[in-house]
Amino acid sequence: MDKQERHFTEGKLKSLYPLWEAIDSFIYSTGATTKSGAHIRDAMDLKRMMMMVVYALIPAVFMALYNTGYQANLAIAAGAASSTWQADVLRFLNIGFNPADIWACMVHGALYFFPVYIITLAAGGFWEVLFAVVRKHEVAEGFLVTSLLFPLILPPTIPYWQVVIGISFGVVIGKEVFGGVGMNILNPALTARAFLFFAYPAQISGDKVWVAVDGLSQPTVLAQMADPLLEMTYSWKDAFLGFIPGSMGETSTLACLIGALILIISKVGSWRIMLSTLIGMVAMSSLFNFIGSSTNPMFQVTPLWHLVAGGFAFGAVFMATDPVSATATETGKWIYGFLIGILVVLVRVVNPAFPEGMMLAILFMNVFAPIIDRLVMNANIKRRLARHAVQ
Amino acid sequence: MFEYYLSLFIKSIFVENMALAFFLGMCSFLAISKRVEAAFGLGIAVIVVQAITVPVNNLIYTAIIKKGALTWAGLPDVDLTFLGLISYIGVIAAMVQILEMLLDRFFPKLYNSLGIFLPLITVNCIVLAGSLFMVERNYTFAESAVFGVGSGTGFALALIALAGVREKMRYSNVPAGLRGLGITFITVGLMAIAFMLFSGIQL
Repeated sequence: MDKQERHFTEGKLKSLYPLWEAIDSFIYSTGATTKSGAHIRDAMDLKRMMMMVVYALIPAVFMALYNTGYQANLAIAAGAASSTWQADVLRFLNIGFNPADIWACMVHGALYFFPVYIITLAAGGFWEVLFAVVRKHEVAEGFLVTSLLFPLILPPTIPYWQVVIGISFGVVIGKEVFGGVGMNILNPALTARAFLFFAYPAQISGDKVWVAVDGLSQPTVLAQMADPLLEMTYSWKDAFLGFIPGSMGETSTLACLIGALILIISKVGSWRIMLSTLIGMVAMSSLFNFIGSSTNPMFQVTPLWHLVAGGFAFGAVFMATDPVSATATETGKWIYGFLIGILVVLVRVVNPAFPEGMMLAILFMNVFAPIIDRLVMNANIKRRLARHAVQ
Repeated sequence: MFEYYLSLFIKSIFVENMALAFFLGMCSFLAISKRVEAAFGLGIAVIVVQAITVPVNNLIYTAIIKKGALTWAGLPDVDLTFLGLISYIGVIAAMVQILEMLLDRFFPKLYNSLGIFLPLITVNCIVLAGSLFMVERNYTFAESAVFGVGSGTGFALALIALAGVREKMRYSNVPAGLRGLGITFITVGLMAIAFMLFSGIQL
């Protein structure tokens, strides 16, 4: 492959160099380290950093495959009909819909997850390469992470054209117009999901989208908690392990914790942000528990349930720690995470418009991250000035 | 009672953010957000102006302009609401003039960095909108004072956040056609999505 390089560095195909470079470093390892960009704060190569996030996401992907299939098979076993092409494939292959059979669940889930993932890769990759070629920068590995995160935070029944629109918005408006990886202000995957959430709320929220069978109304854990008429049908253990309906990859708190461990040990993700988000969530939900309310059942939800419900764990581990859009200073990370935790519980409890607030809470704090950094830095400067004035 | 005013205050800052929910005051929002210090100064100025003009306009409205307000002068049938706009603007212009003189005298540095935008607060839509919302929603004097401070704070918060983002964006390699205001508009749109977090909160 190296012999071909000259075609792209000089020759006729020079304009396609970014594409060649991407394929080269995707297939082979590379000797170069990332040289510039706003996200560079130590000597670590961005490629290795991003690959680490992908490894950390693997448990969540497995749970996405298993649980998506498991929920669908469970519903089919209970009498729901499924007329999607995925079900036809399963019938054709004689795999069946037994919820107790891990293999059948995995295949069923894979038939939902991988088309969305492949479409995300294709549509997002198209924009990524287009911008790289036109603007002559390299295709960055950041996109690998974005494109894996995005399907994991979508419901399994999402229409494919919406996936295309969502990831296009996330990549182009969320990232490329700011100059590419490391220069965006909001997390691109979350930007994409927020765009879909507000543009097509019927396909991404409510009770009918979380289980991949025809028109079955299956409320999520958060919806069951918020509505006094609904009975809680899931145990805490189910929610912790991830056997609950929800977006494909974010149901399992356990898988997120394994991912968190990998990120913390490899020092890719910031443990400060994860811990302070947890502290903020516990503080705020304890406060609500303490206040109590006779009309709003969400006031009584304990911190333990807040932890396992919705996308809290996934967001805190993989979204809030995004090194580009989070704060960079150490004190800033504590403030940033703490406020995310507080906002999530606040939205879940007192905002009837959205059952889940993790996505918007992180986006909101992304907006304020530069200001927090600035305040922390100014405080440092002042403290040091004061110290020198004393001596 | 205290709870009610607190929720009105929070609502006017976040849920009904002047800049990012109503998109009012865009001219100064976009122009003074290049540097955080200047944004901070303008934010404080807007809070002060709002905190004074909305309650003062409330007094004028209830005592003189409102239909039947002149009963105390023996004129129960007089309806002066057509004079509303002009008197609010008059109050705002006077307040801004006083504020400008005070800033010039005591904070010349801030005065210079705000430049033309300080007098332009007079015609800044969010200041007038504050008074008009007050009339439309029938706020009492106390409510309008809280609302004035809250809406000013909301604008200041959004302005400072945008300035922070724009300072960070100096390192960004924005396409040539979008540099400057273009990318700022996109940023403001994205910020508005993030501020949707609070839309729908019932306090």
